[in-house]
Amino acid sequence: MATTEEIQSGLAEILEEVAGVLPADATPEKSFTEDLDVDSLSMVEIATAVEDKFGVAIPDDELANIRTVGDAASFIEKNQS
Amino acid sequence: MNGSLNLRAGANGARILGFGDYRPRRIVTNEEISRRVDTDDEWIRTRVGISERRFAGADESIVDMSVAAAGKALANSGVLAEDIDTVIVATCTAPAPIPGLAPEVAHRLSIGTPGAYDLNAACAGFCYGLSAAADAIRSGSSRYALVIGAERLTDWTDQDDRGTCIIFGDGAGAAVVAASDTPGIGPVVWGSDGEKSRAISVADRFSYMEMDGRSVYRWATTRLADSARRACELAGVDIGDIDAFVPHQANLRIVDSMVKTLKFKDDIAVARDIVTSGNTSSASIPLALTAMIERGEVKTGDTALLLGFGAGLTYAGQVIICP
Repeated sequence: MATTEEIQSGLAEILEEVAGVLPADATPEKSFTEDLDVDSLSMVEIATAVEDKFGVAIPDDELANIRTVGDAASFIEKNQS
Repeated sequence: MNGSLNLRAGANGARILGFGDYRPRRIVTNEEISRRVDTDDEWIRTRVGISERRFAGADESIVDMSVAAAGKALANSGVLAEDIDTVIVATCTAPAPIPGLAPEVAHRLSIGTPGAYDLNAACAGFCYGLSAAADAIRSGSSRYALVIGAERLTDWTDQDDRGTCIIFGDGAGAAVVAASDTPGIGPVVWGSDGEKSRAISVADRFSYMEMDGRSVYRWATTRLADSARRACELAGVDIGDIDAFVPHQANLRIVDSMVKTLKFKDDIAVARDIVTSGNTSSASIPLALTAMIERGEVKTGDTALLLGFGAGLTYAGQVIICP
């Protein structure tokens, strides 16, 4: 099980690799599309990377509800096994 | 009767002898589209990787384009029209369900009275057709087959919907397939995922194409790699030795993602025809391959991994040896 800090830093790493977001910018309140300029297909790539890294499954309808970095972190925290 | 019938002697395998294409005359740039809907060149290039596409005119019907592409494939193959005994037209944008287009295509090519039918596996249609032709040849039902992918997607696209109108184009591509002692079309790896049947659809004859791009993107970039690897394995070719990768041209980002995942050799030739053709569904693979052959990027004897995927959802992949 990843800790909250590990989830946050893991997410920041993924965001940097997939969408070129600076780790310092990947704070919980940031919206992927509004603040970080992540488009819908990059969101899919982020979801796939999150699934691989944290061993969670993110169904399409859940993905649509993940709007901020914090949403993603709490989804991982709740669903990791 | 003892309950057993005779079968024909079939061929050892099938091989493609020539490709041909037809690209509609009218080029539609991103700039032209952005005059009609709220979008711009940079947005389209970064989202889907398309710079321009072709729109077919009134005198460029699916049959017209099929005849042109097939005529070029016949000329490139050296096979005479009268030797063709099977014509398969893969299309999902026929103007009407009856009759199928293949008989008229055959007639206009002076092929005579071949077995002729249309096949709808959407964007996977060309690979399904190639497999059907190769199997017909192996079973002895056919000696020389024409496989055509031809589409007028613009007929079924809402040109005011910026989600879809930037993507789709028109065109046709064709291949001549012949019996061969040395197989040049590998075993197909195909399948479908009907749970996602609404992911790309036209609701009825009065409606336009609707697409859940995100769901399709995710499916294509995560579910198809294993099938691509399996197609290489079944054909007996190491994926690291494949000379050309020709996936359906759905979105340049899907192409790039697949290339990253599949770990080909560094100098593999990759089809990126979508940049100037848009997404032409079943026509995209033969359109791309014809251009790659003409530019010398793909040479006689090269191995190419084809991978079609799209509405249905359907997918099919196989390795071929290029003519």
